[in-house]
Amino acid sequence: MKANERLVYSASEKVTGWRLFIKTILARSYPRIIGQQREKSWIFFEIFMPMLAVSAYVYVYRAIGAPEEYVGFVVVGGAMTAFWMNVLWSMSSQLYWEKETGNLALYIMAPNSMMAVLLGMALGGLVATTLRAAAIIVLGTLMFQVQFTVTSFSQLFAVFFLAMTALYGMGMMSASLFLLLSREAWHISNLAQEPIYLVSGFYFPIKSFDFWVAAAASFIPLTLGLDAMRQLIFPSGASLGFLNVNVEIAVLIVLCVVFLIGAKFLLDYMERLAIREGRITENRR
Amino acid sequence: MNRSETSHSFTMATWLGWQVESNWTDPFLFAIYVIVKPLATAAILVVMYSIITGGAYESPLFAYIYLGNAFYIYVGSIMTGVSWAVIEDREHYKTLKYMYIAPISIPFYWLGRGVSRFLIGTVAVIVTISAGASFLNLPLDLAEVNWGLFIVSLVIGVTMLGMIGLILASITLMMAQHNFFVGEAVAGALYLFSGAIFPLEVLPAWIRPVGYAMPITYWLELMRRSLIGEVAEAFPTLAQFSNLQLIGILIGLTIIFAFLSVVIFRWCDYRARELGLIDRVTNY
Repeated sequence: MKANERLVYSASEKVTGWRLFIKTILARSYPRIIGQQREKSWIFFEIFMPMLAVSAYVYVYRAIGAPEEYVGFVVVGGAMTAFWMNVLWSMSSQLYWEKETGNLALYIMAPNSMMAVLLGMALGGLVATTLRAAAIIVLGTLMFQVQFTVTSFSQLFAVFFLAMTALYGMGMMSASLFLLLSREAWHISNLAQEPIYLVSGFYFPIKSFDFWVAAAASFIPLTLGLDAMRQLIFPSGASLGFLNVNVEIAVLIVLCVVFLIGAKFLLDYMERLAIREGRITENRR
Repeated sequence: MNRSETSHSFTMATWLGWQVESNWTDPFLFAIYVIVKPLATAAILVVMYSIITGGAYESPLFAYIYLGNAFYIYVGSIMTGVSWAVIEDREHYKTLKYMYIAPISIPFYWLGRGVSRFLIGTVAVIVTISAGASFLNLPLDLAEVNWGLFIVSLVIGVTMLGMIGLILASITLMMAQHNFFVGEAVAGALYLFSGAIFPLEVLPAWIRPVGYAMPITYWLELMRRSLIGEVAEAFPTLAQFSNLQLIGILIGLTIIFAFLSVVIFRWCDYRARELGLIDRVTNY
């Protein structure tokens, strides 16, 4: 009886404002962290598949006689692909999946903020993916004897934190665009893999491109994030860097602000548009 | 199962596969979609190569890497195309059970679904190789191409890839949560072990036997030899084999994989029916 009373009280307790916002973030991030760990085979595949690509590109560099630090560039770039894949498939296209499974209408009906839902997805995805990326770096380092020389841990932490904030902000922004998509969402996500690996320099220094090409590619936060991280962890990184690390940190701060504010405005707009056009429950297979 | 049933299953599945692959957008955007992804993959390798070698595209190694990568498009397209049909039909469209009760041959239906990916892959291969020949000094002379060897190798190779795809489709039928990864994981592993983008000698000695056991290794070698002849033969990996010997090995391995695909399909099909997996939806 007492348990039931507590249950009734708990259910009727009204949570609003920032407490609801925080609870929504934690609730949405929970399945990202706990749920993924329950399916052990996914952990294996999500580490194993990037490792295959990393290994293939490492052997290409060895076949053409590249200096050994390029092997390290590939290992770090390969680890970062885990974040891009997560943003692409578990952030951008997530609202499309939610629409497919019927959850999207429930999210919108519930009294929580959609921004908190997206932040929860980002937080959960970031934590879960960081573990996978770390595993790829450890495995790659052991397999290919990569040598790291960190010049500044504080800058390295700042670059990683800013790059991830901007990247997941970008993911939240694109998630709202995907709200309007149907079957094409899968194909668009699929299309945004290799071309981004190319322009963001996942497997080579972005400095190899023309300045303006590299500058345009810097719109994707991982481009500058990767470039700065390579400069900070490899002895020859600075000579192969695109811009000074401090400049890259400043640009990443700007990207963080732009993407997070953009996500808020775009989400509000797209949600209204999707509701008006009846696309929330639309299911064009 | 009669002949008309198998051919009907195959042709209808080909048409269906094409519709599924292409009708989500207008033809122009679809054409861009087909071309951009493989060109970007090739461009990653080109940039990596040019940074280190200073753009020495006339080197035989560049032709080896570039053509291997271009023809590997077929591996991903056909192999995963066939196995992906199971995932699409069961999880996404939820029609696999209807396919099972329809008067069709399931293996031929799956193979037919792979044909659309083969056609899309063919466009991607042609565009990639044309770009290499036009802009990167790929030593490709159409008058020098051994067309007989090219066509024979292509036909055997596509058949072999279809058989591997059928094996993957059968295994996919038995899986639930991680079936999405199977095709891509196998394609990724073969990309590494078959010497698609680097000679097998670069791999550690203990891994090389995996590459030698894979039919794709011999197929890629034949495709390279048919297009650029002596350049491809310069690499020691399979230099001791003549074209005829390579075709013999490829045919032998294709027959083995075809036999395995029949056995594995029958077993997986029986078990999937027995365990009620044909219409199991995981909503992942």
